[in-house]
Amino acid sequence: MALKPVMVGERIKRREDPRLIRGMATYTDDVKLHGMLHAAFVRSDHAAGRIVKIDATRAKERPSVVAVFTFDDLRGKVGAAPCTAVLPGMNHSPHPLLADGEVRYAGQPVAVVIAREKYAARDAALDVEVEIDARDAVVDPEAALRPGAPLVYEQFGTNLAVHLAMPHPETERLFAEAHGTVALRLVNQRVAPVPMEGRAVVAHWEDGPQKLTVWTSTQTPHGCKQQIAICLGLPELRIRVIAPEVGGGFGQKIPNYGEECLLPWISRQLRRPVKWAETRTENLAASAHGRGHVSHVEAAYDRDGKIRAVRGKTLAELGAFASMLGPAIPTFTHLLAAGPYTIQAVSWEIDVVYTHTMATDAYRGAGRPEAAYNIERLMDAVAAKLSLDRVEIRKRNLIAAGSFPYSSPTGAVYDSGNYQACLEKALAKFDYAGAVAARDRARAEGKLAGIGVATFTEICGLGPSTGTAPPARAGTWESAELRVEPTGAVTVMTGASPHGQGQETAFAQMVGDAFGIDIDSINVVHGDTDMVTHGVGTFGSRGLVVGGTAVHMAAQKILAKAKRIAAHLLDTTEERVNVESGVFSVVGGARKLSFADVASAAHTWGVAIPGEEPGLEAVARFEPTGTTFPFGAHFCTVSIDRDTGELTLERFVSVDDVGNIINPLLADGQRLGGIIQGLGQAMCEEVRYDESGQLMTATFMDYAMPRAAMFPRIEMDTTCTPSPLNPLGAKGIGELGTIGSTPCIVSAVLDALAPLGVTHVDMPLKSERLWRLIQDAQKNGGAR
Amino acid sequence: MKIRLTVNGEAQDADVAPRTLLVHFLREELGLTGTHIGCETSLCGACTVHLDGKAVKSCTLFAVQADGCAVRTIEGMGEADALHPVQKGFWEEHGLQCGYCTPGMIMATSALLAENASPSEAQIRHALEGNICRCTGYQQIVNAVQHAARAMREGK
Repeated sequence: MALKPVMVGERIKRREDPRLIRGMATYTDDVKLHGMLHAAFVRSDHAAGRIVKIDATRAKERPSVVAVFTFDDLRGKVGAAPCTAVLPGMNHSPHPLLADGEVRYAGQPVAVVIAREKYAARDAALDVEVEIDARDAVVDPEAALRPGAPLVYEQFGTNLAVHLAMPHPETERLFAEAHGTVALRLVNQRVAPVPMEGRAVVAHWEDGPQKLTVWTSTQTPHGCKQQIAICLGLPELRIRVIAPEVGGGFGQKIPNYGEECLLPWISRQLRRPVKWAETRTENLAASAHGRGHVSHVEAAYDRDGKIRAVRGKTLAELGAFASMLGPAIPTFTHLLAAGPYTIQAVSWEIDVVYTHTMATDAYRGAGRPEAAYNIERLMDAVAAKLSLDRVEIRKRNLIAAGSFPYSSPTGAVYDSGNYQACLEKALAKFDYAGAVAARDRARAEGKLAGIGVATFTEICGLGPSTGTAPPARAGTWESAELRVEPTGAVTVMTGASPHGQGQETAFAQMVGDAFGIDIDSINVVHGDTDMVTHGVGTFGSRGLVVGGTAVHMAAQKILAKAKRIAAHLLDTTEERVNVESGVFSVVGGARKLSFADVASAAHTWGVAIPGEEPGLEAVARFEPTGTTFPFGAHFCTVSIDRDTGELTLERFVSVDDVGNIINPLLADGQRLGGIIQGLGQAMCEEVRYDESGQLMTATFMDYAMPRAAMFPRIEMDTTCTPSPLNPLGAKGIGELGTIGSTPCIVSAVLDALAPLGVTHVDMPLKSERLWRLIQDAQKNGGAR
Repeated sequence: MKIRLTVNGEAQDADVAPRTLLVHFLREELGLTGTHIGCETSLCGACTVHLDGKAVKSCTLFAVQADGCAVRTIEGMGEADALHPVQKGFWEEHGLQCGYCTPGMIMATSALLAENASPSEAQIRHALEGNICRCTGYQQIVNAVQHAARAMREGK
């Protein structure tokens, strides 16, 4: 049944926005319940040590304080914070909800104070005296593996959580036969995801119905429900998790955290609702970080610049404990190691390492930005060795358009692509030749000017559940349930749990077109486990690819039944019913029924239809058969102030291919946000601990966030290569910007500094670092 | 301490502890939860409100400092059927995603446009340096501000 799209593909403004622009949305910290108590955590000031004493006497004397809990109160009653990615052979110790005798990172929760007022809770938390016999800490993953390093877990005798080896049988031969090889040590520094809304939890145990309701700022409400059930030993039926308005996630809110389990337990103990909303310092210290890789990477290449093989060894910082998906994240760095290139062999080793720092987990891109950074840096390094243009070397290595589906030597199967068309469009938009000429003119005037190049692909739309998914307890399908009301209005319940992506709008566009109904008669519901059929969540650029496909499938099921009902009402056979934009007619006949007519008949059931049940609703789950591979080509120009090291991004051009687009307005937003986030990592962001494990970047004074004036207007365009793996032809978009933009600007900075003889820089590209490089190079006689 | 102020045009008499932050007074006492807390250190701008017409960060002001003042929050900007032009600009141009920074952005923008009806892109970006958005990459926020500026100049 061919349906004429009316809304899909249109720049329709968001239906989410009226509540948000008026300040009328309800985020977790906006939830206020009668008798609600407030929690404040006492966190470890030390990165490593043994707890000698916790004295809460003074705190408990405060009139507003209701209770103070430590691990002794929890022992034997609750489980640990969840990790669903314990890899085979991994040294793993479950992370207690409150420190169990030992502290392993600064910021670890040691005790929690419950008071009637928020200020009183925070005052009392300061009154809890925690005596810690501090030990030496180790925060550097390379140092952590050296003999004699302080151990995060004595019982393992090592800080190595797990060693992963992914050898390819051809790698060593190709390296031996190569024309040349390059080797780089690349740091992909630890960063903080920083959703503008930190994590927050309200837990409300009601003793009458024996029901626990938890509002929490999460990307995965159903998973959270399961984890609370496991941790507290409660039946899942007794738990309702609500992700209300969620103020950004970026991967940090995929994992379910100890606090999400502890507050419900406390509410049940005290028979009162309890709220906790983290401070920004808590968010920076004790919500999962991202990246944190040190990689030694090598490429073997031919005389003509074809890269034949790459190999690498990545030290991946796990932090002080295994967060929910943390150990599995670096495996994506191997899976995507070949990037968009025809590399024949890839061998990789990964050491996942414990340090006395906050745990790492998924952060926008999660393992793929690291992979793209590795291969793009190698590509530039080989180009430099061979004095090849950086675009030319990419052209020689890109996978040809006719080669899809393409099997990468890492085992990944790329669904579809036309990298050449995307690159050509980007070259034209950027005016590469013109940019090179302008850079050369600037150089001739003594300026430090550079051009950045990156071509990339990534892995999106996570699934199938048995394949590339991390070993999580949940599958990686997604659910959708569509309920048609007697009026023909439709409620869409999606297991995806959006937090800014705009799925309330995109899914309504799809359903509106499928049924030929107005967008205002569609309501999209998400993030409530009592209302929404069991689902998975929004992460890994899968909201539309997997969640949207489930919506599409449910709509098709409804249309199929509606057609049977219409056939009966029109007194014809199903085969003779024509459906177009929600209008049902008999082929060659004049009688027509609207979608609302059919919906009404389905409910009033005035005419019983043999073999059918009354009503019109459907549940669908989409289990992907493989992952999607959006791709792009990014170019930029930069200048660097020779005297101050200050970096200016002058232009940034992004041409990307995400397959079919439902709403270009939303797609633009996703790409722009991702690009700036990737540039943020490259230009300024960095989580730093000092040698003793103290967090040096605990507020926005020290953790540098990308701000509006740092950037020029990003110039964007697209090509479209639909994915064959889902009926929407969508590839996923959320993470794309962070994959290409980071290596692109680093490429530009190295290009700008090349005349000085500089061949290496690590991120972030702060003025001081660039200034030192310039100073050292000029001292060493680099050309001016 | 007793304070008297107007919030969104409505007179408020309150008895607050001296250390009560303005943002907590607005959110907890008055239930105006549209003003958000993003950093508690005046660095992110999520809590931006107007104090006698000027954009201020309510997370680092005491409620008592607003005594005798007129406070305007996001809830006082426009009604569902009569949105403020800046609100409309953010909606039209997709100037928000998760929406958490948005009330602060809108308040900062309307203060900017009150001072400069035709800001350049560079002036807009500079004026919003104190407001962090993690979702949008700022470009569509700039578009939103320009949209609003146009509409306000044209008296819409």
